[in-house]
Amino acid sequence: MKIKSLNHNFRRSLVTYGIVIAAFAVIQIISGMGMLTNSLSGQLVPICAYIIMAVSLNLTVGILGELSLGHAGFMSVGAFMGAFVSVCLTDVMPGWLSLTLALLAGTAAAAVIGLLIGIPVLRLQGDYLAIVTLAFGEIIKNLLNSFYVGRDASGFHFSLKDAPSLNLDETGEIIINGAQGITGMPRSATFTLGFVLILITLAIVQNLIDSRTGRAIMSIRDNRIAAESVGVNITKYKLIGFSVSAALAGLAGAMYAHNFSTLVARKFDYNTSILVLVFIVVGGLGNIRGSVIAAAALTVLPELLRGFSDYRMLVYAVVLIVMMLFNQSPQLAAWRRKWTAKLTRGQADGKGA
Amino acid sequence: MQFLSYLVNGISLGSIYAVIALGYTMVYGIARMLNFAHGDVIMVGGYIAYTVMTTMGMPALAGIGAAVLVCTLLGVTIERVAYKPLREAPSLAVLITAIGMSYLLQNLALLIFGSAPKSFSSVVSFQPLRLLGGQLIITGETLTTILVSAVIMVALTLFVNKTKVGHAMQAVSEDKGAAQLMGINVNATISLTFAIGSALAAVAGVLLCSAYPTLIPTTGAMPGIKAFVAAVFGGIGSIPGAMLGGVLLGIIQSLSTAYISSQMADAIVFGVLIVVLLVKPTGILGRQTREKV
Repeated sequence: MKIKSLNHNFRRSLVTYGIVIAAFAVIQIISGMGMLTNSLSGQLVPICAYIIMAVSLNLTVGILGELSLGHAGFMSVGAFMGAFVSVCLTDVMPGWLSLTLALLAGTAAAAVIGLLIGIPVLRLQGDYLAIVTLAFGEIIKNLLNSFYVGRDASGFHFSLKDAPSLNLDETGEIIINGAQGITGMPRSATFTLGFVLILITLAIVQNLIDSRTGRAIMSIRDNRIAAESVGVNITKYKLIGFSVSAALAGLAGAMYAHNFSTLVARKFDYNTSILVLVFIVVGGLGNIRGSVIAAAALTVLPELLRGFSDYRMLVYAVVLIVMMLFNQSPQLAAWRRKWTAKLTRGQADGKGA
Repeated sequence: MQFLSYLVNGISLGSIYAVIALGYTMVYGIARMLNFAHGDVIMVGGYIAYTVMTTMGMPALAGIGAAVLVCTLLGVTIERVAYKPLREAPSLAVLITAIGMSYLLQNLALLIFGSAPKSFSSVVSFQPLRLLGGQLIITGETLTTILVSAVIMVALTLFVNKTKVGHAMQAVSEDKGAAQLMGINVNATISLTFAIGSALAAVAGVLLCSAYPTLIPTTGAMPGIKAFVAAVFGGIGSIPGAMLGGVLLGIIQSLSTAYISSQMADAIVFGVLIVVLLVKPTGILGRQTREKV
């Protein structure tokens, strides 16, 4: 095949797909041989969810250039919507159909919320935008924590107060029970499903980046004023980037929800948003392949290194700071260049490094 | 009468927010960065005071002094190590570094002090005030918080407006380059701003822990974020704005906890932030600045 004649970007995304497919094949073989530990095989679906989260957050932070600190909020919207649809439909249709509908509903719900939040929020920039996304993440968590949904013969009942105020009759059942969350989802998410969803996510994001729309989005990141002055509609392209990112986070959430039988809103707090931020910073802002690798590696590593888990968050914090200092500080960048030059010269002289 | 007591509680909580917000707003005004770690400096202040007072059994004043000293050093160190090298970097990089710093402090505290809550003994020892024939009870903590915050606010306003160093701070926040040309030591001024902000955070930490005596590694996170909301509410960069925003936010939170729902109080506080930013992005007392290309 004439790979060389293909577009550079396309070749790069082919490598990313290749890595994901190879990793999937390897893990399938290992687990087929029964060599996968229990704790690790339990992590497979969450890893897939975190990879999708990382890719989608990278779209907002790395490609659009705006820091979102409430990404877990979109994940929780997707998770609760997906779980809700699944719980409602699980008796009336086959499992694969209800799962598909649940995933679609989760994605759509997060996309709608992303759009609704994006319209006001994206008028802001930089620090303000970051803090408002954080605020929205907290608001979503608080709302879901005090959200009650029940079902009885006469239909659905909603409440923001407590379970008794749903006024259910004797046939009624509570579906979402405030801070106790939602229970009774079928645990139907599999590693294969996660793998397919990762490929879909990658295809969406890579194609978006390589398109005219993607170039417009990146022009906003690189110089908003210049982009605006050549006629790029800032609000429109920011909204496209933000809501696609939110939708994918919803997809990740909906899949994540089907890995557990109980789900509470507390799980998707500020810390989860930061965790995903660590993934994309370690993988490289704007680098989709890096996000995939970092998300997988940083979820698996603590599982493998027992005893290290106490220091895990501490190490993450140090990594965040050091990565930023190394990449962005003028002094350190100069120092790094000097050493790279020295090392390469040393090799050229045959002295080795 | 109930209303009055909620109001007084709100003012007390709001004064703490105001003291924290002063640190945010001064740093933002001078370094144009959102110091995410500021909230965690509060927590460090709380733990230092706890260690000195409860573990070592020293008097309350020693605890407060140690907390102020350690937090001041911590604030200056954080600025030197993490923020100064990034002064010319894009704001996204600085913001992520600050988040990393906040996370670092939380997790260090978690490793050193553990996740079990420590119960902070109040630094205030006088009796609650009974007004209106015992119907309105104001605790010593509430009263002290309001008084201390008022003193801090007056002192800081005088310092910034009347002293030479205060004028230097205003000049640096206005235009770093021009300030340098006028012979102002910009680096020292920025360090001083972080020192003052962190010292205030330590005081706020002690006040906060006296009023709400559970101390955990994430104690500072939520008040920190809310104080930032207060700073934005009042107009970030403006010192009177931070005070006004803090007190108003405290009252809003206290009243919505009492009359609407305690679970929704946080959501309402953040809702206020969003409404303010959309209607008047510069805050109540903020100045309108025009963007230059």
